[in-house]
Amino acid sequence: MPKAAATFERGRMASSTRERIIGTALRYTVIVIAVAFALFPVLFIISSALNPTGQLSTQGLLPRVDDPSRLFDNFRGLLIDNLRVYPFWRWLFNSFIVASVSTVLTVLITALSAYSFSRFRFRGRQSLLLWIRLLQVFPNLLALVALFLILQQINEVSDTLNQIMPILDWTWLRSFGLNSLGGVILVYMAGAMGINTLLMKGFLDSIPREIDESATVDGATNWQIFWQLIFPLIRPILAVVGVLAFVGTFNEFVLARLILRDTQNWTLMVGLFNFINSDFNRDWGQFAAGALVAAVPVVTLYLILQDQIVGGLTQGAVKG
Amino acid sequence: MSAQVKQKGVAPDRAALFWNVLGYGLIAVFNALILTLIYGFATMGNTALVVVLGIIGVGTTVVFFVPRLYPIRWMVPGLAFVLLLVVYPIYFTVANSFTNYGDGHLYAKQQSIRLITARKFVPPDALSYRWEVMQGEDGRYALWLTREVDGVLEVVFAPEGDSLRVVEGAASADAPPEFEGFRLLSGGERTTALGFIQNAVFGEGDDTVGIRNRREAARPLKQRFVYDAEADAITDISTGTVYVANDQTGFFEPVGGGEPLAPGFIINVGLANFARFINDPGLRGPLIDIFIWTVVFAAGSVVSTFALGLLMALILNSPDVIGRKVIQSLLIIPYAIPAVISIMVWRALLNDNFGLINRTLIDWGILTRATVIPWLTDASWAKISILLVNLWLGYPYMMLISSGALQAIPSDVYEAAAVDGATPWQTFRQITLPLLLVTVGPLLIASFTFNFNNFLLIDALTQGNPPIPGSPVQAGYTDILISYTYRLAFGNRGADYGYASAITLVIFAMVALVTVFQTRFNNQWERMSDNA
Repeated sequence: MPKAAATFERGRMASSTRERIIGTALRYTVIVIAVAFALFPVLFIISSALNPTGQLSTQGLLPRVDDPSRLFDNFRGLLIDNLRVYPFWRWLFNSFIVASVSTVLTVLITALSAYSFSRFRFRGRQSLLLWIRLLQVFPNLLALVALFLILQQINEVSDTLNQIMPILDWTWLRSFGLNSLGGVILVYMAGAMGINTLLMKGFLDSIPREIDESATVDGATNWQIFWQLIFPLIRPILAVVGVLAFVGTFNEFVLARLILRDTQNWTLMVGLFNFINSDFNRDWGQFAAGALVAAVPVVTLYLILQDQIVGGLTQGAVKG
Repeated sequence: MSAQVKQKGVAPDRAALFWNVLGYGLIAVFNALILTLIYGFATMGNTALVVVLGIIGVGTTVVFFVPRLYPIRWMVPGLAFVLLLVVYPIYFTVANSFTNYGDGHLYAKQQSIRLITARKFVPPDALSYRWEVMQGEDGRYALWLTREVDGVLEVVFAPEGDSLRVVEGAASADAPPEFEGFRLLSGGERTTALGFIQNAVFGEGDDTVGIRNRREAARPLKQRFVYDAEADAITDISTGTVYVANDQTGFFEPVGGGEPLAPGFIINVGLANFARFINDPGLRGPLIDIFIWTVVFAAGSVVSTFALGLLMALILNSPDVIGRKVIQSLLIIPYAIPAVISIMVWRALLNDNFGLINRTLIDWGILTRATVIPWLTDASWAKISILLVNLWLGYPYMMLISSGALQAIPSDVYEAAAVDGATPWQTFRQITLPLLLVTVGPLLIASFTFNFNNFLLIDALTQGNPPIPGSPVQAGYTDILISYTYRLAFGNRGADYGYASAITLVIFAMVALVTVFQTRFNNQWERMSDNA
């Protein structure tokens, strides 16, 4: 408990006991209202997921279950029975691939750049850093149209090369174009490059240079210093950054929906959105079940990492 | 200590040699790939991407071979990414905003000409062939064509991508089981082949044959359009019409007037896209509404989320409250749930007829079936709903940052206030809030710019609906600038990438202004708190 607020409170306490009781009652009233506001949609979705009648129009805040064996009907429907129409596991797998590949590659690539910025002094270093900072101002989302068209051009160049250079099969290029997981990964990585380089540079700057200088004396190469000395040192911070980046990409929806067209290629968020977007009333129960499967791990992670997230937020590391 | 010195210190042993060879190999493969891509994009007429790829290829090679550039070597993957997928998209957006890029004008002129001149037609005087399908060892198909001209049998062998050959001295019209490595197909294989060959062109150059329908005879196909570079015109051989390129409209237009050739090509239209939303009243009207709503939405979201977040942070900071950690955990759950899911749940809750909120209000007797609140279908209610949902989504963030900032305020300030006999409200108004704003002020501005472009919320909750009637482009009362732009580019009334890019730049200018303001504000506060 911070001393400041405590003192502040003590001042108030002295004024009068009655005021204090009213104050406390008021506080708890606000807390109850706020918690109710925060949790009633959550309660609603849990109830919908367990309620065997899947229509939206019959859902309440508590499930009406007469037959306990039907409690998991919605889960069974989405996760087992309906897979032919809605490949839920496939979506989950896609999300997992996209989030882990883009996170790992982003962390590695930005760690390399950041190491150079942190440890070497070269001409143009300052202006390069400034440019990276400036480019951050242009949000990924604003380049939506351009990114879409660029991925489309990757598909077109694949076709063109197949025509003009048929000796080799250039179809593989399409796995980085529109409607491909590779395309989504590229776009996510591009969006994360700048901010993560700066963040990583901050971490590396906090590690004393004496450590690598002594290693240099022992004849270690730069790569050995980076990979065997520095990288293990920042691994705990990288783990937290990595988990947050993973969750961020896992939850991303706007770019993924624009890029991924086929049902088989959707990520979980795109899949769940499209699952319910066309008809809200019909399969609400199954959507709720899917939403729970998607949200529970993420929420758990957030609650575990609460303190790190607060630290990150005040540094501006996590976008709000 | 500089990098070069360290480099020289390493003796060239076997491992170093291995890494060097591997490095040269990778560079060679990488450059080969880049060159191929350049060739491809050059064929498509995409000069900008050719330049970007050129820079990446040459840059990588130079950085690899020049020792002085050693520190840059570490950044090559990162820089290549930024160049290709951050810098180039920005350039591309700027460039597009001066063009008519969009439906009807999707290709560079060169690519447009390529597409048009690839079209074939059946000459009216053409004789038709009977045909059989053959397949070579490499999977290529071929046609065995026969026809009788004045009682004389004529046989032609037509392989894919190879010139037609007249087969001399064929005894009968029946196809042989094998011919020059191609074998006659029948049964299931033939059926499979038919699906493919209907789109295929047999023969080479201008001497080709094709089948339009599996039940029809094969007919010779001729190139229909011929491009004349000198006149910058395309002639339709089937009709004789000449289409001249009009660089004002981006079309090849017939000389005497009439329908232009499709597809058109991309041209530079100067500032026309920017002028459009200033001059065109049909566009200007909705755009002004949308702009005002965007600002109201962003500011309203920041104020409401900050107010609730700060209130909860203040309450949770007081020692009287038991179970603060648990309450905080419950209160940040809305922040932890993936946003798309939350928004869809709210959309369900706010549904006019099926939604829980209206049903509950009816059950309580506050509303009747006839007077349900049109949460998402009425312009004003939809705006209220959006702010409500965004309050739910956003207050935990504000609570977390306020809570962190509150704990950073030194306690002696409060002691001094208590000694001076300040009321709690005075203490809050004159001490807590100003000191808090030092830390969270920049974050509030960042939150403003974030919400200014909060595409996800609008798109998942209302899609901009309800629509603004009479707008020449798709626009809705709850659209913010970025969602409006998205609809211009990807909406179902046709793509207009040029105009969408122009609006993107205008949004960017506004965001940049706010950011500049934020940086100023930041520095000012820092200076003030340094002095304090």
